[in-house]
Amino acid sequence: MNAISLSRRALVFSGLSVTGALVIGVPMQAKAGMQPPVMADGTNPAKEMTAFLVIEPDNTVTVRVPHAEMGQGTSTALAMLVAEELACDWAKVRVEYASANRNSQAGGNLYGRMQTVGSSGLRTSVSMMQQAGASARERLRLAAAEQWKIDPADCSVAAGKCVHKASNRSLDYGALAAAAAAVQLSAEPAIKTPDKYQLVGKWTPRLDTAAKLDGSAKFGLDAQVPGMVYAAVWSAPVFGGSLKSVDDVGLKDIRGIVGVVKLKDAVVVVADRYWRAKKGLDALKIEWDDGGYGAVDSETLAADYRAALDKPMGSAEKKGDAQAVLQGPGAKVVEAVYEAPLLSHSPMEPMNCTVALTPDRADVWISTQAPMAVLQQAAKEIGLKPEQVYVHNAFVGGGFGRRGGAHDELIQAIAVAKQVGKPVKLIWSREQDMRRDRYRPQAAVRFRTALDEAGKPQAFQAQIAVGSLLRGGNGPQELPASEPMATECIQNSFYAFPARDVGVLLKNSHVPVSFWRGVGSSQNGFFMEGFMDEVAYAAGQDPYKYRRALLTDRPDALGVIDALAKHSDWGQPLPKGRGRGIAIIEAYGSVSGQVVEVTVSKDGKLKVDRVTCVLDPYHVANPNTVEQQMEGAVIMGMTAALWGEINIKNGAPVEGNFNTYRMARMVETPPRIDVHLVPSGGPKWGGVGEPGLGPFAPALTSAIYAATGKRVRRLPLKHADLSWA
Amino acid sequence: MITLTVNGKRHELDVEPDAPLLWVIRDELGLTGTKFGCGIAQCGACTVQVDGRPVRSCVTPAGSVKGQIITIEGLSSDLKHPVQQAWLAEDVPQCGYCQSGQILAAAALLATTPNPTDADIDAKMTNICRCGTYPRIRKAVHRAAAAMAKGVKA
Repeated sequence: MNAISLSRRALVFSGLSVTGALVIGVPMQAKAGMQPPVMADGTNPAKEMTAFLVIEPDNTVTVRVPHAEMGQGTSTALAMLVAEELACDWAKVRVEYASANRNSQAGGNLYGRMQTVGSSGLRTSVSMMQQAGASARERLRLAAAEQWKIDPADCSVAAGKCVHKASNRSLDYGALAAAAAAVQLSAEPAIKTPDKYQLVGKWTPRLDTAAKLDGSAKFGLDAQVPGMVYAAVWSAPVFGGSLKSVDDVGLKDIRGIVGVVKLKDAVVVVADRYWRAKKGLDALKIEWDDGGYGAVDSETLAADYRAALDKPMGSAEKKGDAQAVLQGPGAKVVEAVYEAPLLSHSPMEPMNCTVALTPDRADVWISTQAPMAVLQQAAKEIGLKPEQVYVHNAFVGGGFGRRGGAHDELIQAIAVAKQVGKPVKLIWSREQDMRRDRYRPQAAVRFRTALDEAGKPQAFQAQIAVGSLLRGGNGPQELPASEPMATECIQNSFYAFPARDVGVLLKNSHVPVSFWRGVGSSQNGFFMEGFMDEVAYAAGQDPYKYRRALLTDRPDALGVIDALAKHSDWGQPLPKGRGRGIAIIEAYGSVSGQVVEVTVSKDGKLKVDRVTCVLDPYHVANPNTVEQQMEGAVIMGMTAALWGEINIKNGAPVEGNFNTYRMARMVETPPRIDVHLVPSGGPKWGGVGEPGLGPFAPALTSAIYAATGKRVRRLPLKHADLSWA
Repeated sequence: MITLTVNGKRHELDVEPDAPLLWVIRDELGLTGTKFGCGIAQCGACTVQVDGRPVRSCVTPAGSVKGQIITIEGLSSDLKHPVQQAWLAEDVPQCGYCQSGQILAAAALLATTPNPTDADIDAKMTNICRCGTYPRIRKAVHRAAAAMAKGVKA
């Protein structure tokens, strides 16, 4: 059922070339499994170098990427890592998605978890990809030496060729690939040390750009399956609510209606075209049950989270007796409460899913960050074995965590396809997408610190009330316990606090929450660094120098904050109404800081003039895409800080589209966003997709304070009066 | 029946006149480069050109369109349009979903305003990009303008 039609350019990411064709006889080890894949009969029909790598006779190198491409540039970066080790011609490299089905058949041991969450795409696959390239290069070299009957030591490689200098002979990789695919290595070759990199670390254009400029890039929404019908869906306005009744009399004059599918908490209209299904949906008269949550609104939720700060908490970190220091005689205590609202993911591509079911096979077309989760959920819902499900993952039109595994649209599409007996493309309207999101959790945090006479913190205390992500869809609950996402940027802070006490109350309402770009660091970064800014001012010190003095054990963080000061003109005087603010966080294995420069008019109008970003991810595969991630994080951080909030009224989300959930646009884009990458090396690779979010809001509120003397502790800023005299 | 001229080709289509142009282009003509983003003309992912003007196709009844429609697939062959060339040079896209609309909006801007100021770009480039490619879009619009001033044809 490879019915999706693909132009040549769109073969990038088709993921179809091996779909179902191979049964792996020998489970391969995910990390070092770089020997040729072998069928049960001992052959290697696909002529693969490894499951990650195919070299065609025309020297085309296809790299199979086990992570989603949703804009982060991971596919290009991973291909660069392979090409670096392989020593091939970069112009001949193309990428496609690794097959989740094949991975499932290999027990998940072939490509690993295949998840693209937590800024881990490159980090979790870097060693696999490097080894794939290095191993293939070595096997090509041995194949050439065998063909020339020379000592392998005399055979070198360069730019996609094996070379024997003494006899002035060379062979293209393409000509050697078939022989090399059969070569077994006695040991895996060593990978390059960073000082030998020629491609990795260089600003490199993305491999997916051209396809995104002429409409040929295929996203989930673009799947075309012969005979498919379209489905438009509307879910219960209140989470936890359910469908009471539907009056479909309005459908009788609408052309092309196939039927109405009633789900427990949603209604779906199916038609031969999407706009007819949507028109039909709008014509229904629907009654909903509110699940008992019809009295909940934003004001009561905010009050609940603030009140939760006085409840018993689970301990996330304890060192020394912070409470005793805080209550000690003469302690200079700084205390503040910070708050953040529910946020929508709102990727530009609304949730959608296309499924085609037969008795022994299911095909799923979906934009996902987690194809293995899709495969397993689909198998369970349909009643098939995982290896009978084929996930055709496409380019992802924005993920930001929304597509990390909780695919409500997949479950709905399967239910509809079962009922109508035809392939179905189910598309969420923007209103459905925004009102049935699984939001960034609401949170309130109270901080206390005790300063000595020199202004140095002697104790640090944080009390966190935030929605649990791991229990994020299970209705209202309170649990005095912690989970890692709840305390990012607060627990194990890199600042030198002699005594520490971090407590957490995981508190969920009926509104489901989940992972949002930056996850805990996106709101905790604001809380923690907003507070540190206050503490610096309370100590009468410059916010940059104050932080610097507390980063005693962290040369990487010192490097970032010093680079920030240097590149942002920190310390240069600005007139009243203008100001600079600074923030620095550690998130997803990287250290990330920003300086934001603002102008605030006397009547309180805010303009962001300049943002300086500094990131230490320890290593950089492609500066181009890392810079993109920083630029994009500033824009997304701006939307969140200035306007982002989902309000709840009568139990239901209020905002439903971009007219009420405002997005930053060109006109608000800071005229200057400078990105400085300061990779300091070492054994680990840091993440880059998410660390740029956390520093923006606190650097912004810090800049506002510098400009106006007004301290903002609650987001979004649209509620704050920034006027000054 | 309605008649549409898309990328120079005339189509007689058996659809209701009030069918949104976006879905007719995508599902009747199979041109999926034009994207659905909001359905209420807020985001611009569905932008096409009608007689050179940017139009948000999600709220445009297909039966109301009399002019020449250009979609991303018809802007040029082989990415030759100076706006596409500038987008390549600046490596603008991230997820890429909004870029068809961004490119068609930029091409329409440059057709009427060959040398746009930053204020012109702010005023006319109102499409939403959730990945935040605006800084590169701004550079790319200026780059395309410079190329067109040197005689590169749209």
